Amino acid sequence: MFANLDIDFIIFGIMPYAALTVLVVGSIARYERDPFTWKSASSQLLRQKQLFWGSVLFHVGIITVFFGHLIGLFTPVWVLDALGVPHGLKQWMAVLIGGPAGLASLIGATILLHRRLTDSRIRATSSFADIAILALIWLQLIVGLFTITQTLQHMDGAEMVRFMNWSQSILTWNVNAWTDMVDVHWLYRFHIFLGLIITALFPFTRLVHMISGFAAPFRYLLRRPGYQIVRSRRQRPLEERRDAFDARQAKPGATAPTAGE
Amino acid sequence: MRVRAQIGKVLNLDKCIGCHTCSVTCKNVWTSRDGVEYAWFNNVETKPGTGYPTDWENQKRWHGGWTRSASGKLHPKQGSKWRIMANIFANPSMPEIDDYYEPFDFDYDHLKSASEGSVFPTARPRSKITGERMEKIEKGPNWEEILGGEFSKRSEDYNFENVQKEIYGEYENTFMMYLPRLCEHCLNPTCSASCPSGAIYKREEDGIVLIDQEKCRGWRMCISGCPYKKVYYNWDTGKSEKCTFCYPRIESGQPTVCSETCVGRIRYLGVILYDADKIEAAASSERETDLYGAQLDVFLDPNDPEVIASARRDGVPEDWIEAAKVSPVWKMAMDWKVAFPLHPEYRTLPMVWYIPPLSPIQNAAQAGQIAMSDQMPDVRSLRIPVKYLANMLTAGDEEPIVHALERMSAMRLYMRALSVDGVRDEAIAARVGMAGRVIEDMYKIMAIADYEDRFAIPTSHREQNEQGGDIRGGCGFTDGNGCSTGDTGKTTLFGGKKKPFALPTETF
Repeated sequence: MFANLDIDFIIFGIMPYAALTVLVVGSIARYERDPFTWKSASSQLLRQKQLFWGSVLFHVGIITVFFGHLIGLFTPVWVLDALGVPHGLKQWMAVLIGGPAGLASLIGATILLHRRLTDSRIRATSSFADIAILALIWLQLIVGLFTITQTLQHMDGAEMVRFMNWSQSILTWNVNAWTDMVDVHWLYRFHIFLGLIITALFPFTRLVHMISGFAAPFRYLLRRPGYQIVRSRRQRPLEERRDAFDARQAKPGATAPTAGE
Repeated sequence: MRVRAQIGKVLNLDKCIGCHTCSVTCKNVWTSRDGVEYAWFNNVETKPGTGYPTDWENQKRWHGGWTRSASGKLHPKQGSKWRIMANIFANPSMPEIDDYYEPFDFDYDHLKSASEGSVFPTARPRSKITGERMEKIEKGPNWEEILGGEFSKRSEDYNFENVQKEIYGEYENTFMMYLPRLCEHCLNPTCSASCPSGAIYKREEDGIVLIDQEKCRGWRMCISGCPYKKVYYNWDTGKSEKCTFCYPRIESGQPTVCSETCVGRIRYLGVILYDADKIEAAASSERETDLYGAQLDVFLDPNDPEVIASARRDGVPEDWIEAAKVSPVWKMAMDWKVAFPLHPEYRTLPMVWYIPPLSPIQNAAQAGQIAMSDQMPDVRSLRIPVKYLANMLTAGDEEPIVHALERMSAMRLYMRALSVDGVRDEAIAARVGMAGRVIEDMYKIMAIADYEDRFAIPTSHREQNEQGGDIRGGCGFTDGNGCSTGDTGKTTLFGGKKKPFALPTETF
């Protein structure tokens, strides 16, 4: 297995584990160590122009594409078969949903990249990482859209199932899965490579706001009753304080409460 | 009844001289940093004017504050939770920095480093964002100072609603007042309600509204949610910031920096006890003109034995209850009814209140005919239209404003009689429903305004909050990020900024 450390083994056999480890460990470290830097880094205040269409198209598109990949790649093949979804149909769905979403996202990313590079305020306040990650995602969207040209040449779903098996075998620790990726078209291989790079860069860029973004609806819509948040620094909640007060009042010889209750 | 305490504030506009000491001291302490050069936690506006950021009072444009639905429920005007989430990619109600102003500095160095030439060197402006030359400064934090600019622009002031404003553009009829503004530390803040991250909270012990810098993710919904536009987005750190009510000072019993340094002695701080169970109903009052009265009903009388018993039971410290009894804020808002909330119609139940200013008699120039009613100058004929003040302070209801102005002018008459003629004229006091003794107290607090009378701030009870042993060796007050320096920047692993210490390169 390790006889020849060829490039395919490194990219499709080792890199997924390396990238996922960096993603998980890096994100935890940043969240714990540097929560102050965990942010969306919005530039809307500095320039509204181009932001609305750029940001909305980009985000709506890429969230669709993101979950499309997640569900599409990690749904076990037997689940598809059990549900009676033909592989060809699933591939058509991927093309018909992912294609327009990817295109919308690319248009948005192009607007945002143009804004980031040409607007003097945004350019001056961008870090290298801000520009680099956006350029990488922009490139990834283009490569991803170009893979559709290959996909359309074999609509039976067999190629797609290969990608599903490879993705899932990473999670099932099947170390020989990388061999499946050796003879697929270079566009797919480049797309996967870029994806792994972006995964590994995740904790070191503004991309971390994705996690907050996915968590926000649960926290805000589901877990927060009403609108207001009041924080108390007192050691006991109101009900306990009241109970303790009542208990003390009930005792004979009770006096005014001491500070600290 | 659920008793909580808040350090409330009153600003006596009758005495504000518009010197901006509050703004400058606040800026020096809190916002002299990258990313918030444009932000003024405290600013002073000249009214009438559109203010800072431009037109902030116009919620048809900015969608700040709350809306009462037909069913009587409240939701933020910018949208309920679902709408706010849907706008997270681009906030349609958020101002751009140009609505405040583009921060700038001047090339002072050029004055001493320019080579010899035929013209005197100048210090030209430069943008603090891009560092580029600014050929023309279009706007500043106080662009309309002392009625600067043409009336046609200033008259877009929202408080002119239902006022025949044209005549106030004429030189003879013009009027002017100052409006110092800071975060209102509302009982029902829309900023915190709008935050998807739950980073903004109100403190139970003293009512101060703060932003948790470690939880803020920069979704910027608070900026559009706040109708007073007093939450600012720090474009350098990517986090929102706001007035902290100088909580480290308040906790140790000191007034906020703006209050401490106020030259005109117009700022008052004191404890207000309030019933947290009544907030929602008060903020949901059907008519906007009822909101002022509804908020008065939320406040609890610190001399009422029942309130005192409940306050003790709910854990309000004894010295806070005592401070509430001598609170100048309580006296002005509740006893004398001379202080009012700023724009109660936003339904946020603000806790920084304002005493409306008296002004000269409008038509005094006309052959000495001074409009008098009941031997007192008619406050409705003052130069500042009552309707204008009412639009600002009582959602347009003129009666409470007239009542307050009458009491303030009665105080002047009474004290004039006392100090010039040596007469305690109870009749003057009685006309405004007060006793001479109360008017003298009012005079002592509002006119003399000694330090001890302006500020009645109990210290916070740290012993309730934390164990001394746990915080031994702690890092004290930091700028977020625990004991780390909190500096963000361009070279740390996680995208923060490393600021080198600025060491002087020359020593003299």
